[in-house]
Amino acid sequence: MRITCPLCGARDRREFYYSGAAVALDRPAPEAGAEVWDDYLHNRDNPAGVTRDMWYHELGCGSWVVVTRNTVSHEVIGTALARDEKGRGA
Amino acid sequence: MGFSGWRVLKEGLTGNKGWQPHWRDATPKSEYDVVIIGGGGHGLSTAYYLAKNHGITNVAVLEKGYLGGGNVGRNTTIVRANYFLPGNSEFYSHSLKLWENLEQDLNYNVMLSQRGQIMLFHSDGQRDAMARRGNAIRNQGDDAEILSVGALKRMLPYLDYEQTRFPIYGGLMQRRAGTARHDAVAWGYARGASERGVDLIQNCEVTGIDREGGRVTGVQTTRGAIRAKKVAIIVAGRSSQVAAMAGMRLPIESHVLQAFVTEGLKPVIDHVVSFGMGHFYISQSDKGGLVFGGDLDMYASYAQRGNLPIVEHVMEAGMTLMPMIGKAKLLRSWGGIMDMSPDGSPIIDKTDTEGLFLNCGWCYGGFKAVPGSGYSTAHLIATETHHAPAARYRLDRFRTGRGLMDEEGTGSQHNLH
Repeated sequence: MRITCPLCGARDRREFYYSGAAVALDRPAPEAGAEVWDDYLHNRDNPAGVTRDMWYHELGCGSWVVVTRNTVSHEVIGTALARDEKGRGA
Repeated sequence: MGFSGWRVLKEGLTGNKGWQPHWRDATPKSEYDVVIIGGGGHGLSTAYYLAKNHGITNVAVLEKGYLGGGNVGRNTTIVRANYFLPGNSEFYSHSLKLWENLEQDLNYNVMLSQRGQIMLFHSDGQRDAMARRGNAIRNQGDDAEILSVGALKRMLPYLDYEQTRFPIYGGLMQRRAGTARHDAVAWGYARGASERGVDLIQNCEVTGIDREGGRVTGVQTTRGAIRAKKVAIIVAGRSSQVAAMAGMRLPIESHVLQAFVTEGLKPVIDHVVSFGMGHFYISQSDKGGLVFGGDLDMYASYAQRGNLPIVEHVMEAGMTLMPMIGKAKLLRSWGGIMDMSPDGSPIIDKTDTEGLFLNCGWCYGGFKAVPGSGYSTAHLIATETHHAPAARYRLDRFRTGRGLMDEEGTGSQHNLH
């Protein structure tokens, strides 16, 4: 699998650290309540198909990249810098 | 139809013409007492124990593919009870005891081979941690012993003890651990359940879960609607999709785990050897193939196949641990879809919908759990109370924070297990 870093171009998957679903872009407010935080921390849509998740370009430029990809075919559909995607959610 | 040595001899002398199919390939009825979604190891064992222990035989197991075609046929067949934490410890202890009597119970050869498993350690600190784990295992009533590096060298002369990044200081051994023939476990449970009246229905995908007034009433399938008093979701990697049919969003992320087998070789590896530092473990099958695996690919996936970086990583780990395997030729690799929970421990629980039960979150350790999981899930379905060895596998532990079982000590968070 190759992932196109918006800054560095197409790179080997091994350059990236995977942190999971892009829910991290929608971090709840500290006082949002236990139920909201439980949902944010633990529960996942976990789709069989197109998903958006967070990859950190650890061995490259150090950016957080939102990758849109297919969990069934492993096709990478698109990438964007997390800073441009904030608030769009998973 | 019973199996015995005499039967094998007789059939061998008469052209093997007397063997019958091991279970009935049933067509769905319109209503059951219990519908089990998922005809894998856990679903089949649940059906078997429902019938055997609780006398509930008006049961259907619905499988969208073929019986045992998922993870129970794709794993590396290891059986053990060497867990540390309360909750896991008693569960796997119970499961191993069921394994030890499984062939007699099922009248089916699951080829359980208690060849012993050794977890290697590579520092004084790891030795202390393994000693502590070993004590916990013994407190649970199971066996564990620390092997010195000298004892290990006599037992496993083929390891590279010195010239590696992680010199070997010794190992924690469980002699009752070992391997079993994974397909036979599915077939044996299927046969035992079918003989007791359970309908095993293949090519029957569940497309909806019917509910009325907070209670489950049945399922919609590709082979028609089926009414049911109770429904259990036991679908491993597909748990999120099936639970969503009942309006649930689960603390599960599905990941791919790869496994590998070499061409058949003469006996060379007599035990199960785990090299945690390198994410590598290995045993040798009865056909002679070296069966081994490593870590997850580490991204959400339903592909049942992985990528090359992990293949390379696993081979590297194998080569550094036991350089001799470099001469073996790799025959096949494959992947299975793991239902990963945040704390790395499973869930056997009721749900907010009355009559709807959930069994998932087995991560990469589901095979050894097959007997215990079915036994405890059947108990929960039949009695509506939690079976003691699985009583801590609650769904709400993530919400409340009480009773998390983070066996690896890495944190109760997705992507850390």
